Amino acid sequence: MILVYMECRDGKIKKSSLEALSEARRRGDEMGMETTAVLVGHGVNALAPDAFRYRASKVFVLENALLSHYSPSGYTKALVSLIEEIRPEIIFFAATSMGRDLSPRLAAELGVSLAADCIQTVTKDGKLEVRRPLFAGKAFASFTFKTSPQMASLRPNVFPLAEPVEDQGETIKKEVVIPEDQVKDRVVEILKAEGAELDVTEADIVVTGGRGMKGQENFDLLRELTSVLPNSALGASRSAVDAEWIDHQHQVGQTGKTVSPSLYMAFGVSGAIQHLAGMSSSKFIIAVNKDPDAPIFKVADFGIVGDLFQVIPPLKEELKKILSE
Amino acid sequence: MNLFVFVKRVPDTESKIKINHETNSIIQEGLNFVLSPYDEYAVEEALQIREAKGGQVTVFSAGPDETKAILKKCIAMGADEAVLIKDDVSETYDALRTARIISQALKTKYTEFDLLLFGKQSVGADSAQVPSMVAAMLDLPQVNVVTKLEIEGNSGTALREIEGAREKVTFMLPAVISAQKGLNEPRYETLKGIMAAKRKEIPVVTLEELGIHPEELAVGLKLTKMESPPVKESGKIIEDEPGEAAKKLAEFLRQDAKVI
Ligand SMILES: Cc1cc2nc3c(=O)[nH]c(=O)nc-3n(C[C@H](O)[C@H](O)[C@H](O)COP(=O)(O)OP(=O)(O)OC[C@H]3O[C@@H](n4cnc5c(N)ncnc54)[C@H](O)[C@@H]3O)c2cc1C
Ligand SMILES: Nc1ncnc2c1ncn2[C@@H]1O[C@H](COP(=O)(O)O)[C@@H](O)[C@H]1O
Repeated sequence: MILVYMECRDGKIKKSSLEALSEARRRGDEMGMETTAVLVGHGVNALAPDAFRYRASKVFVLENALLSHYSPSGYTKALVSLIEEIRPEIIFFAATSMGRDLSPRLAAELGVSLAADCIQTVTKDGKLEVRRPLFAGKAFASFTFKTSPQMASLRPNVFPLAEPVEDQGETIKKEVVIPEDQVKDRVVEILKAEGAELDVTEADIVVTGGRGMKGQENFDLLRELTSVLPNSALGASRSAVDAEWIDHQHQVGQTGKTVSPSLYMAFGVSGAIQHLAGMSSSKFIIAVNKDPDAPIFKVADFGIVGDLFQVIPPLKEELKKILSE
Repeated sequence: MNLFVFVKRVPDTESKIKINHETNSIIQEGLNFVLSPYDEYAVEEALQIREAKGGQVTVFSAGPDETKAILKKCIAMGADEAVLIKDDVSETYDALRTARIISQALKTKYTEFDLLLFGKQSVGADSAQVPSMVAAMLDLPQVNVVTKLEIEGNSGTALREIEGAREKVTFMLPAVISAQKGLNEPRYETLKGIMAAKRKEIPVVTLEELGIHPEELAVGLKLTKMESPPVKESGKIIEDEPGEAAKKLAEFLRQDAKVI
């Protein structure tokens, strides 16, 4: 059996969890394994149909009022009791901030190793093989597992979603008994950042500004582009963040976030190795830079050598025109 | 407060990574090794807590003898003590193994602590697992990717970064914290610190002294292949008048890339 952890935020299952579930089902079908999902929290029962839509055959629901807010220690305890009972061979998480926090704790509690932030999974001799970047994408390594269950977290935005189906599976509610003192770390509040802009890791399109933006006020030019482009978010190089033109939540790169959107647009970014580390797995890369030798052009699918201040205004108009067609 | 910080020796982020395809490993020659960048935030935070509340900062690292250089850097920044846990096994990319070494050290020899500080992720392995695994093994609360930390008596509050927001987390001490950029501004080494670091003896403990049997550390991940990133075909680079360039780009996005 494959078990996939379904992360719930704002009363919904996260898309990245559904991507992990879709990928699990592809492997499950090859290996002749049942693909199941697990929901943890309070009042999450109602979300089971979404997991069925993305081809879970069973959904386990672990509910307890103590788990209404995320707690790595509490959620781990709940998951361990389920896993010891149903003994899955494979467990997938989405490599989101919650997935990357929770999955290693669970792995250690189960005494197994975990491959984090994988970008590919394959079936090899009936077992799982995963591929993950090392050195921020300067190398790629494939791993198989000597411990069981085989555990991996999967990078968001990399694995295709399955075509949703209207199937219904079995929902299995499990009583979770957790002594209060086992919930050692509790989220008591979620503070939304800056007018709840979309996060760079979750956007289909990332519009990034570097030092070439010259100042805080010019990021408004990029905000105008994101307002035209659907499902887009604002990114930044470290230089722009260090200059305090923009909050470091937006930083892309080795010490920022790793993104793999469908489209990455870099304006006034030179393309230092630490920046490329965070975005080179993007599906399409666009660069606008006045220096024809800027390293960013080496990874760009389409580059414009020119002054970004002259390119952005007509570009916005062209995009508007095309998107309204 | 007894503050322990865990640091790792890693190739600096500028390094060109070359692969030995026979051994499926990184060629060490020519790499410049440094203290992993996120670990600097962890060291700085420990120093600031000590300055505010008193106590002692001890820095630990598991690795070969050469690791002493980064431990000395931590002393030069202001840490009181440093300990090398000698482990000559080359990088396995298996966090479980490292977490077992660290948690065993904390169970057997270094049992008195209030806070364990880590970097959110080590450069290279990029796994971001050791802190959570150590927390699980010692049954401690954990808060990862922390950008703000407050300790009050025997409890704490931390802000941790998530997608588009921050989570406020409360916990009791002792606890595991992993540091994210933004938590603080790591200080530079002082001349006085550098002198102190030069003189400082760094004790070395072996795995055996920590009661670790190699078979318990068996690696759970088997590396089957290591490759360089696929070389990207060069794209289309144009140098037209801005309006014309913008038009071509928009067309490219719709017709060739089909992303909008
Ligand atoms: C340990 C470590 C970690 C790091 N982590 C990160 C990280 O996570 N993310 C990151 O981004 N960096 C990171 N860096 C920094 C990285 O090395 C670079 O310094 C940084 O990425 C440069 O940012 P930039 O491209 O915006 O600025 P620059 O390198 O200064 O480039 C600015 C570019 O803008 C162009 N330009 C200027 N004016 C215009 C104009 N009018 N029109 C068009 N183009 C123009 C210039 O030609 C130039 O190419 C890290 C460095 C270290 C040492
Ligand atoms: N060999 C090691 N010795 C001491 N601390 C380590 C070691 N490896 C990892 N860590 C700590 O764990 C953090 C996360 O590392 P990782 O899980 O490898 O990404 C690092 O930033 C360090 O604080």
